[in-house]
Amino acid sequence: MSCVAVLVDHDRGIPSGGALEALTAARPLAADLGVAVNAVVLGDGELFDAHGADLVAACAAYGAACVHRGRHALLADYGPDAWGAALAGFVEIAGPVAVVAAGTDRGAEAMAQLAARTDLPLVANCVDVSPAGSPADASSGRPAGEAWQITRIQWGGSLLEDVTLTSTLPLLTIAQHSVEAETANSSTTDVDVVDFEPELGPQVRQTLVRDRVTLTEGITLSTAPVVVSGGRGVGAADGFAPLEELAELLGGRVGCSRAVTNNGWRSHADQVGQTGTRIAPEIYIACGISGAIQHWVGAMGSKNILAINIDPEANMVTKAGYAVIADLHEVVPAICDEIRRRRDRPT
Amino acid sequence: MRILVCVKRVPAVGSRINVTDDGQQVDTAHLGFTTSPHEECAVEEAAQIVERLDGDDHAVVVLTLGPEASAEQLRYAASVGGSEFALVTAEGGLDWDPQRTAVAITDAVRELEAAGGLFDLILFGNESADGGNFQVGIRVAHALGRPIVNGIKGIDVGERGFTARRETDAGYEVYELEAPCALGVKEGINLPRYPTMKGRLASRKAQIQELDCAGGADAGGQSRVRLHRPPERASTTVQLGDSAEAAPAVVDLLDELGVL
Ligand SMILES: Cc1cc2nc3c(=O)[nH]c(=O)nc-3n(C[C@H](O)[C@H](O)[C@H](O)COP(=O)(O)OP(=O)(O)OC[C@H]3O[C@@H](n4cnc5c(N)ncnc54)[C@H](O)[C@@H]3O)c2cc1C
Ligand SMILES: Nc1ncnc2c1ncn2[C@@H]1O[C@H](COP(=O)(O)O)[C@@H](O)[C@H]1O
Repeated sequence: MSCVAVLVDHDRGIPSGGALEALTAARPLAADLGVAVNAVVLGDGELFDAHGADLVAACAAYGAACVHRGRHALLADYGPDAWGAALAGFVEIAGPVAVVAAGTDRGAEAMAQLAARTDLPLVANCVDVSPAGSPADASSGRPAGEAWQITRIQWGGSLLEDVTLTSTLPLLTIAQHSVEAETANSSTTDVDVVDFEPELGPQVRQTLVRDRVTLTEGITLSTAPVVVSGGRGVGAADGFAPLEELAELLGGRVGCSRAVTNNGWRSHADQVGQTGTRIAPEIYIACGISGAIQHWVGAMGSKNILAINIDPEANMVTKAGYAVIADLHEVVPAICDEIRRRRDRPT
Repeated sequence: MRILVCVKRVPAVGSRINVTDDGQQVDTAHLGFTTSPHEECAVEEAAQIVERLDGDDHAVVVLTLGPEASAEQLRYAASVGGSEFALVTAEGGLDWDPQRTAVAITDAVRELEAAGGLFDLILFGNESADGGNFQVGIRVAHALGRPIVNGIKGIDVGERGFTARRETDAGYEVYELEAPCALGVKEGINLPRYPTMKGRLASRKAQIQELDCAGGADAGGQSRVRLHRPPERASTTVQLGDSAEAAPAVVDLLDELGVL
């Protein structure tokens, strides 16, 4: 039976959050097309021995009726060529009606590799997909038709683009955080597991991960429950000390705007925004940041936002749920003092 | 060493992006244009790589596909380290679908290499700032039969090729590619320089070669219907204070959210 195939991108056996979102997004699409959702995971024997059962269980929980495991020694670790070639092999064997992946670094890259190999169009970072033949939508004025009607993000999410897609095999990536990953209701016990061995030429070796270096232990900017960010308003590199302190007190991480990285005050690894990191903390504390659209798209996944800014009209302030209109150099140390005072207070 | 950098001209948008009435493009009536940020860093990286090498037999060739006005971005590249410049003229604007763009750029690279020799390295941005298709570089590299890795935030020149570092959430991955190859780079790989006086002079003198490779490229399967702004999140801002006196209210909030 044909399927909507979802590439479940993973890092040494741990699926990305985006992959679970992509599986979630694929369910209504597959239902529209009257086919099942299948998952594709790539690895070698050792990886599947260690993580195969967990990967299959995760795919099943998020609605995959069948998991295709691409096995090959050259899939022991990630490599864009190896993943692209394996996906192309899968498409030939299984004949899916569409292939979907997350708009993560790996998902996006492997899908572009597949698109290049098959010379098919790839629509990146979709937020809404209506396959051909789906009913017209009166509210958006969208006609029913032969081509697929898709809405995707541009400018990192600042703009939306409606496109039509004409293709023998639609290839899509799903914009991260555009759907919330939700487990499927259906029973998960009768998932099929099918192994396939893609043919991989020696040239894929060139782009395999050779080595990796860990710089941050524990929580990272994209996973931190609290992010305390500073912008041009912080004024200098050493102006970040109180922000570091606040982040430390709250078990969070420090972020910054592009104005800060451009001034060399902090490393680009800390930058939040379109060309930086997308964050999704419980609370984002934005200090001295104006809230330009390219910054906002990186921060808008935050559940709550507190803006500390001297300008009550700043975008960050008007878009935030909470604001303090004052000098960050006074407010941030006062917050740190207040936290310490409460913690020291005997209860 | 010959390095090619592919850059895209994009509107320099401000705090919000407006769209023209027909929904076909960003309203640039009150905007300037700039080079997409990842690619600005790609030009800087290429300039730094050749500056570290001995000899003067090196070139940083900068290519853009777009309307005639994209010459502005090539002239800027000339002021910050570019040495040769190619403009692939694209009729009907600068925002073609990614398949068509890739075919035209591939043809242009073949033409440039036929005349000037193989590029040891081709640099792209990780994604273009406007379209964000995450694929043009990968399509071009594949068509040319060269390996490519995206998301690169560090490049070292080796004996036979390049060592590249790709940022991950917690650190980086290391890749080793043999030349000729391609890399998609990300902002943060370096801090692009500002044009110097000498640079501005070079910019004025820059010879721009126009290539007409666009003729053969058919439109791809993805076609624009319209651009529009996402609905804005309606928010009422609760003001917690206008001085450091707000600290207790802020800490109450943190407590309420369970992050204290
Ligand atoms: C294609 C593209 C991609 C981009 N990607 C990103 C990105 O990923 N991330 C990003 O951040 N930007 C990005 N930008 C840049 C973005 O457009 C803005 O230029 C940048 O975000 C501005 O940084 P800022 O808010 O720190 O500085 P400004 O806009 O200068 O704002 C400084 C703010 O600090 C306030 N302030 C000043 N002093 C104090 C004080 N003592 N106390 C409290 N408040 C004070 C001011 O009122 C003001 O609101 C991108 C731009 C482009 C074109
Ligand atoms: N019109 C263009 N001219 C030159 N290079 C381009 C153009 N469009 C895309 N590119 C290159 O391809 C990369 C990826 O673009 P995209 O697939 O649109 O995200 C960009 O970062 C550029 O390096």
